[in-house]
Amino acid sequence: MHGVSLLELYVFILAGFVGFFTITRVPALLHTPLMSATNAISAISLVGSLVLAGADRGILPTLLGFVAVTSATINVVGGFIITDRMLKMFKRADRKGPAAPGGGARP
Amino acid sequence: MNPRDLFIEAAYVVASILFILGLRSLTLPDRARRGMQLAALGMLVAIVGTVVNHQIVRYEWILAGLALGTVIGYPLGVYVPMTAMPQRIAISHMFGAVAATLVGVAEFYSLGQGAQVERAQMAALGFEVLFGALTITGSFMAFGKLQELLPSRPVTFPGQNLVSMAMFVAAVVLFAWLLVEPANPRAFYAMVALALLFGISLVLPIGGADMPVVISLLNSYAGLASSATGFAIGNNVLIIAGALDGASGFILSIIMSRAMNRSFRNVLFGAFGAAPKASARSTQGLAVHAITPEDAAIQLAYARLVIVVPGYGMAVAQAQHQVRELASLIEKNGGTVLYAIHPVAGRMPGHMNVLLAEADVPYDKLKEMEEINDEFKNADVALVIGANDVVNPAARSDESSPIYGMPILNVDQAKQVIVMKRSMNPGFAGIENELFYGQNTAMLFGDAKNSLTKLVQEVKQG
Repeated sequence: MHGVSLLELYVFILAGFVGFFTITRVPALLHTPLMSATNAISAISLVGSLVLAGADRGILPTLLGFVAVTSATINVVGGFIITDRMLKMFKRADRKGPAAPGGGARP
Repeated sequence: MNPRDLFIEAAYVVASILFILGLRSLTLPDRARRGMQLAALGMLVAIVGTVVNHQIVRYEWILAGLALGTVIGYPLGVYVPMTAMPQRIAISHMFGAVAATLVGVAEFYSLGQGAQVERAQMAALGFEVLFGALTITGSFMAFGKLQELLPSRPVTFPGQNLVSMAMFVAAVVLFAWLLVEPANPRAFYAMVALALLFGISLVLPIGGADMPVVISLLNSYAGLASSATGFAIGNNVLIIAGALDGASGFILSIIMSRAMNRSFRNVLFGAFGAAPKASARSTQGLAVHAITPEDAAIQLAYARLVIVVPGYGMAVAQAQHQVRELASLIEKNGGTVLYAIHPVAGRMPGHMNVLLAEADVPYDKLKEMEEINDEFKNADVALVIGANDVVNPAARSDESSPIYGMPILNVDQAKQVIVMKRSMNPGFAGIENELFYGQNTAMLFGDAKNSLTKLVQEVKQG
């Protein structure tokens, strides 16, 4: 099997920095959507689950893979939908701001 | 590298870029929605890239899992009301951790019960199942408390911290043993079991008001578990997405703990269970001044600047729509209404913002604490709806108070304060609030939704 390489540690540390500098700029206003968004994104563990469920390494790993695929898919599907639902609600009072995707009448 | 592997790697790079762009878009509310759609596209690209992996030889279980997950996930996305968002987020941390943990367990199992696991990979697997398992049970307990299946007050028993610490130390010792000798299935599964138990004992003693910290922390752990999965199976997109999630949860827990004046160490070890005892300073002998909805309505009708301070009580009463209605009436009378949002108001980061946005309150009226604290002295009325600790002046003045040093909203500087509260019972923490006895404070007792409905009627007539 594969060994853990130093390169992966680089990737982790650099991604952590990117995350840190990006997320410190997210306003408190959007902290709940941020949470559901990162949750949906980290459901990328679906990628590992898919390989496990399809690799045919015996009945137990396949079943565990099936449960893992189900759990991760719940987060992918539900997570992105609910994030979108929340972000859709945030509207400005003035009409000058850039048009929100999807449009819709404003008060 | 053959064309197929090249395609897979390219898909993962594209997915990683789209994830980062998606998170970046959350810095601007107007662009956020489009950005997250890009992130969802990134997820699709990653999935498509994965299913062509040469290790995958059969698709029936994959399709079954994808179908079942969609059937469960879709209603969880579409129908869960905004008021249930904290428990919704808590349970989703559990699902994420289940996926990561099971991948780790299966990896260990299928590599000859650890016999073919190198030490470095064992380190990754160990972190994966440790973070994963404690997040599974911890998030489930948090869900139970928020959904009120479990008591939301702290559940404690004598020697609890000792038991928790013992479990944690035992799990770490087993982990160390596995690093020396990976082919040790008993130690591995015992470690998983201990981490599961530790997750329970970590969250059980934590009360409802501390939930913002716990949820953020579990968010971070779920991300780290995903990232460790990436190390264990050698997949960079998992490492990147997990690191982003881990960083996000970590930052949120720091922001939350700062807003509660808890130390950083406190956050990391989650030792914030002990319920503070009542404040030394007594409010005995002081009298509160109750106000009728009629009188409160008159003050609101003539106010030029009203600052609404929402708290968990507003969420419980689901009164956000009535708040919006009242604000519209005040604005019609020529007044201005702003909203002061304390970082830890509610049960999770940003809880109040989501509820008020749902009620069509424009987001430029939702002000963060630093932004609005200087405005209170200009406010004619500060309307406190179901908030308690975040407006308690004891945090500024009373060194013996358990919340001393916590940054609060300067509600007491407003010309008139109207506090909506069900009764004079002290809040969750059992701390008396001097604000309620202030010269310029009037108490409007009753359910927030009922009181607001009455206020709306009165202002309409007046």
